[in-house]
Amino acid sequence: MTTDFHTLPDAHGRFGAYGGVYVAETLMAPLAELTAAYERLRNDPDFIAEFEYDLKHYVGRPSPIYHAERLSRRVGGAQILLKREDLNHTGAHKINNTIGQALVAKHMGKRRIIAETGAGQHGVASATVCARLGIPCVVYMGAVDVERQAINVYRMKLLGAQVNPVHSGSKTLKDALNEALRDWVTNVHDTFYMIGTVAGPHPYPQMVRDFNAVVGREARAQMLEQYGRLPHALVACVGGGSNAIGLFHAFLNDADVAIYGAEAAGDGIATGRHAASLAAGRPGVLHGNRTYVLCDDDGQIIETHSVSAGLDYPGVGPEHAYLKDSGRAQYLGVTDDEALAAFHELARSEGILAALESSHAVAQGIKLARELPKDRLVLVNLSGRGDKDVHTIAAREGLSLI
Amino acid sequence: MSRISDRFAALKAARRPGLIPFVTAGDPLPEATVALMHALVDAGADLLELGVPFSDPMADGPVIQHANERALAKGVGLGQVVAWVREFRARDAQTPVVLMGYLNPVEIRGVARFAAEANEAGVDGVLLVDCPVEEIATAAPLRAAGLEQIFLAAPTTDAARLERVVAEAQGFLYYVSFAGITGAAHLSTDSVRERVTALRARARTPVAVGFGVKDAATAATIAGFADAVVIGSALVDTLAGSADAAEAVRRAHAFLAPIRAALDAVPAGHAA
Ligand SMILES: Cc1ncc(COP(=O)(O)O)c(C=O)c1O
Repeated sequence: MTTDFHTLPDAHGRFGAYGGVYVAETLMAPLAELTAAYERLRNDPDFIAEFEYDLKHYVGRPSPIYHAERLSRRVGGAQILLKREDLNHTGAHKINNTIGQALVAKHMGKRRIIAETGAGQHGVASATVCARLGIPCVVYMGAVDVERQAINVYRMKLLGAQVNPVHSGSKTLKDALNEALRDWVTNVHDTFYMIGTVAGPHPYPQMVRDFNAVVGREARAQMLEQYGRLPHALVACVGGGSNAIGLFHAFLNDADVAIYGAEAAGDGIATGRHAASLAAGRPGVLHGNRTYVLCDDDGQIIETHSVSAGLDYPGVGPEHAYLKDSGRAQYLGVTDDEALAAFHELARSEGILAALESSHAVAQGIKLARELPKDRLVLVNLSGRGDKDVHTIAAREGLSLI
Repeated sequence: MSRISDRFAALKAARRPGLIPFVTAGDPLPEATVALMHALVDAGADLLELGVPFSDPMADGPVIQHANERALAKGVGLGQVVAWVREFRARDAQTPVVLMGYLNPVEIRGVARFAAEANEAGVDGVLLVDCPVEEIATAAPLRAAGLEQIFLAAPTTDAARLERVVAEAQGFLYYVSFAGITGAAHLSTDSVRERVTALRARARTPVAVGFGVKDAATAATIAGFADAVVIGSALVDTLAGSADAAEAVRRAHAFLAPIRAALDAVPAGHAA
């Protein structure tokens, strides 16, 4: 018997041993309310039509699949194809999810939206949809990330959002998530919490996946139409895992399609300075779900490291934990240096500045393609564009901007 | 009978409202924790709640967050907290001790291993903030080892879930006085009174009320309709910055004794 991956999660939000609802009592009611609302909406043809309309006319979907011919020639192996989520409005896949959650919030009559952000892409995508709805948006962002993603902070402000720097803990994405949960606990009556990845308590891992699954649905049809076959392999970077599961989901039951997630190996997994929760973590409980986490022997969540703020997270979506254990997907580490090299390679060979997060996927795609014959197709999710990262790259490489 | 139910039975017999102080283990100084526990008992505590430091205390406000950070910076972990309870038990066999914390440290240590160690050390109950009644199977080894699992009930808990919480609760039910994080603004004692009175009519365990109780006057009001009052952030804030264990002990005593006196001046809620 082969597993039907499309039946997950179960009614309790579990993907095998992972997922679930591990939150303080006060949040149980708003989560139940959200679960009920989402269950109703996800099967409602009007809601689906509204969502698809926005994706087409506001986001600019479908995003193309682009054959990176020159890059493929230079690598000298399989053909590298790029799913161009960087071409979406606001520059990343994150908008797929916020368009969907904004519609849910609207249907639930919520008057205030909060979000957490790491790289700032989800914060920008949240601020964007809130501007469209005309409702206030508060974005929590670790103080360290505010520093290293200044351009996105400014974009959020231009869009009318309030950005609250978070100074607790390691002052990065995980702490922003804690702070957003604290806000939500305090303002449950009128506030909608827009989580930016497939983590958090049920129903978020499912809901955020469903909204991003348009990526894989499109890609699967595009592959059949443009190439007459499915790709040999899929590659996506994994922070919380939303762009990755978005691409993977439509292909999970296609057993011949290999699936690879690229995690941030930072300075190298052996150095301990990384954010590779699946490759180097262990099962635990963080931010409302059971999943792989990076923690010490006392169970304290440890500070992660990655050159890309969007991958700097010590947990990962529970569905990925399940896919890892089941062997359906493989998760591999890509170091900062490898990601930067891939960033430059793609810029020079194809004229595309990829986000540092996405550059991890490109690096993994290149490694994989190199080992494969020329007639194979490797589909890489180019989850976002790199404009937000030029300061980081310049600073790291000791260059000034002009 | 357990140490917790014995204690509540004794309180009821004496028509005395229960007082439950909370401190984060290892804060303000690791060497102060056991001395603080004894001092709190001397100042009138009926049951002690000891917070287990965690890196990501998502239900806690800034005061307890910072206490967690200070304790973690000094290397305090779950094993150490259990060892302190064992040390406390050497001189106090009566006062119940409840550990309050988050799941991950317990899971990483191993729920069964932790349960055995904690029970042997003299821990009586465990409150896992991020383990709602739906995930009770996760904590099954705690019960199996003889520890009581304390549950929270909140203003947002609906009737159906409350039924389940009441059915599973052991020791006492901890009613969270408002929808928010620990140590947040002021609670409205009128709405709490209504909810707690209704809750006590259904609960099979005593009901303690906490979150946002900052002073003797509020504590006394709550004691008029609850079985016990929990005081956390205000105490943790008072202890912060103590120069040494002796000062922490002095501050704890000075903080708690007037609250005890205020509670003893009101007719106990369980007289009702
Ligand atoms: C462009 C881009 N890709 C990937 C990620 C990582 O998130 P996820 O793993 O949820 O796709 C981010 C996060 O900010 C991002 O901005």
